[in-house]
Amino acid sequence: MGILNFILIVTASLFFPGIIIRTKSLLSGRKGPGLFQPLKDIRRLLRKASVYSRTTSFIFQMAPTVYFSSVVIAIAMIPFGRQAGLISFKGDFVFFAYVLSLGKFWSIIGALDTGSSFEGMGASREALYSLLAEPAFFILMGSFALLTGHTSFQEIFGSLHFGSSVSYAVGLLAAFVITLLTLVENSRMPVDDPRTHLELTMIHEVMILDNSGFDLGLILQAGNLKFAMYGALIANFFLTPGSELYYSLPIFIVTQVVFAIVIGIVESFMARFRMNHNPQYIFTLTSMSLLIFLGVLLMLGKIV
Amino acid sequence: MIWSIIIAVVLIFSFLLAGVKEENKGWIALVAVLLNAGLSSWIGVRALGGHGWEQSVYGGPVFGEIALRVDALSGWFILLTNFTLVTGVAYGICYMRAYKGRTAALTLHYVSYIWNQAAMIGVLCVQHALAFLCVWEIMTITAFLLVIFEHGKIGVLKGGINYLIQAHVSILVLTLAFIWINAHTGSYDFRAIAGYSARIRPALSFLLFLFFFAGFAIKAGFVPFHTWLPYAHPVAPAHISGIMSGVLIKMGIFGMLRMLLLIKTDLVLVGYMLLVVSVASALYGVLLAIVQHNVKKLLAYHSIENIGIIGMGMGLGCLGLAWHNAFLAFAGFAGALLHTLNHSLFKSLLFYTAGTVYQYAHTMDIERLGGLIKKLPQTGALFLLASMAICGLVPFNGFISEFLLYSGLFRGIASGRLSAVAACVFVVFGLALVGGLAMLCFTKAFGIIFLGTARHRYPGRLREKESLRLTREKESLRLTREGGPLRLIPQYVAALPIVFIGLFPQLIIPVLAPVVGLFTGGAQPDQTFFPAAMRSVSLSAMAFVFICLVLFLVRQRLTTGRENASSPTWGCGYVAPTHRMQYTANSYVRSCRKLIRPLLQMNKSEGEISGVFPPPIRSVTHPYDKLEALVIDRPLRALRGLLGRFKFLQNGSEQYYILYGVSFIVIAMLLPILADAAWHVINLFKQL
Repeated sequence: MGILNFILIVTASLFFPGIIIRTKSLLSGRKGPGLFQPLKDIRRLLRKASVYSRTTSFIFQMAPTVYFSSVVIAIAMIPFGRQAGLISFKGDFVFFAYVLSLGKFWSIIGALDTGSSFEGMGASREALYSLLAEPAFFILMGSFALLTGHTSFQEIFGSLHFGSSVSYAVGLLAAFVITLLTLVENSRMPVDDPRTHLELTMIHEVMILDNSGFDLGLILQAGNLKFAMYGALIANFFLTPGSELYYSLPIFIVTQVVFAIVIGIVESFMARFRMNHNPQYIFTLTSMSLLIFLGVLLMLGKIV
Repeated sequence: MIWSIIIAVVLIFSFLLAGVKEENKGWIALVAVLLNAGLSSWIGVRALGGHGWEQSVYGGPVFGEIALRVDALSGWFILLTNFTLVTGVAYGICYMRAYKGRTAALTLHYVSYIWNQAAMIGVLCVQHALAFLCVWEIMTITAFLLVIFEHGKIGVLKGGINYLIQAHVSILVLTLAFIWINAHTGSYDFRAIAGYSARIRPALSFLLFLFFFAGFAIKAGFVPFHTWLPYAHPVAPAHISGIMSGVLIKMGIFGMLRMLLLIKTDLVLVGYMLLVVSVASALYGVLLAIVQHNVKKLLAYHSIENIGIIGMGMGLGCLGLAWHNAFLAFAGFAGALLHTLNHSLFKSLLFYTAGTVYQYAHTMDIERLGGLIKKLPQTGALFLLASMAICGLVPFNGFISEFLLYSGLFRGIASGRLSAVAACVFVVFGLALVGGLAMLCFTKAFGIIFLGTARHRYPGRLREKESLRLTREKESLRLTREGGPLRLIPQYVAALPIVFIGLFPQLIIPVLAPVVGLFTGGAQPDQTFFPAAMRSVSLSAMAFVFICLVLFLVRQRLTTGRENASSPTWGCGYVAPTHRMQYTANSYVRSCRKLIRPLLQMNKSEGEISGVFPPPIRSVTHPYDKLEALVIDRPLRALRGLLGRFKFLQNGSEQYYILYGVSFIVIAMLLPILADAAWHVINLFKQL
């Protein structure tokens, strides 16, 4: 049954970029591209031939594959409420975080392989921002380990006390943190502007300047999968305790759609931060997850 | 019996090394190291299998009975030490070929190497205070001799002597601690420590532990005792840096673990202290590693980080024992012990590859390297593998030890005990941040050294004129490529367990169990957790590798028929990029460096642009260790100021020195007379 989550997330990833783009075009009063335009772009890229920089080595050729595979494995670990993911064991979220780190490591060295200053700049920012965001995820998971007394995705999400309003509050806060985390990890708006046309102000986009064809398609689809993955993580905070699909399926879909629309709205109405303000912003994520941790401690009556 | 053989091997081969031809010395040393490694590993394997080994040797009237004991802890360390020592000397054979003609220095080098190995095995087995200090001293001195191989260079001597002095401060502290024990028990046996520490008040036994901790922390390189590492490691030959960072500093870890077993003290206090020191070491080490531009110095600072991670495991283990949380205790000690092994593997591999880079490019300055993966593809791949392992990434061995730590930490948090929760969250925060920083550090190291294009002209390819000048023999010494299978095999041997432990961690846990059992005693965590989790980790890691391979094959299949083109890197339309236009290591870490500026001391010398037609100006930055300035340089300056007042005594004329001698003798002779006179005068007053 674990395959269901996987299929759901992959399906969600197909619609995700389209929903963001539709939201943005509607809000800015444009007609805009269709819901499936991003997918069509990726399909077109996957069929194209590539141009490789003469500076690059085998690292550059392997990096997109490793990046994509890391996201695939990470998705396989996401549970669906009480239902475990394809891979599930105690402490699986540590594996989850580190496999994503491996993907990031490769995308960084893939960027450095081109020898371009632009791409080095993007790589430097990516490494810095992800290291600042790392503790936030771990402390967030720590809070839920404390709340439920379990140490795996499935057990944690399976035993969140649903029905009590307080746990919903924690879930909501956690959803907020994960949303911000997604924006940082996927290099989206207030941290990075995917539409910018100046290399100096980009992060993720500038790292893949020299990728083309199949590789670029993989990287773009990996980004979409990552969106859906975090969306599924958020949906897990609100799923009903049982495995009744007639409840959890609509909740999952609604959460993903709302998540995509929220990102579209954020991108429409916010400006990008100045680059040197980003670290402070990202570090507040960790403080916020510490707040959640404190909230859980208060809830359990450990302090006061 | 085995001890006699090991010592005999050391002695015989020392003489043999002096006698054989220069090109055979390395092989002879390899045979000696292999012999001793085989002998001692046999004991180690038996000890791990539950057959502890004990022997008493009569060491003459001074030493008395010297107890030699090998338990599972010693066994574990013997095995990991021997492994790295073997790969080290095997790599050293090729590395030392560059120093052809320096026969005497080479002899001393290899003799020191086999003595060093024997001394390390001794440290791991001897449980007699005096004998322990002796082997510890032999280990220190031989390591010093190994470090200063290129003693013609001033930096090498400086780094070596720095190490020698600090290592002797460590010996001083250890000696004091052993004197303390001996004064109260009259015994040199380590068992006396256990008995003594159980009798005294916890505060005193904690102080005793602190003494041992300080002594061993200097060897291990915990902050703030770390300052010798970044000097000694860069100046030593690559394989020596590898064994120093891989196993020599682990002797400090071993000493701490041994004392944790022996000293009965307040484990909560010890645990908290270890955690604070370790998190500080890990963070400080990696932050300083990030700003270094010398590859080997970067790796040396990174050892401090890894020692911090090992310390975190030990601290967690202590806290787990104190709180009767068997799971936390097991996870902590298992993580620490496994990370000790893991670090010895990938750090030695990193130093070996750095050595190849050095002999190829003749520089260790990251800013002058680049594009090496095209010249040294296998070395580059090995460096990449070790970098990923040291960052704790899936599917390599570094992840396994960090996974053990994280499992313990999250279980500690889930236990709900407030003190445990607080401590664990603190460590989770530190560990996660360190992981991210390590990634920044090693993407920088790998990316700038191996990727992009060369930042200066490598001396590998000779111009015609130069090759005419060099004789054919000399030319064969130059490393123009990776240096053939002899140089690569030891590196692959070191790389093998990195991958193996990463993919099959379930096989290493049963090996660790008896060692951890020494600490946790009978208290075992639920037997099913670790094997089950490790099997899952193994399966997931293999699934990941499988998906990678399949996807890559699909990609190759789909894209081979296409008309792929190659062109210069995108440069905003600029089509004549030079190597100077690449991102530098300095700029790569600039934003991070700015964030941590309060912790760093950057010595910057920058020229000013002046005049209408300004001349070329230079800007040079040297990162300096702020803690070193605080704990080493400042007290040294004060000491020098104080001693400087007595400089007039050392005026260089022999007449004065003879006068000092004479006056000393006169005073020494007068003292009893004066004392006698004083006594008489006092008596006189008494009678009055």
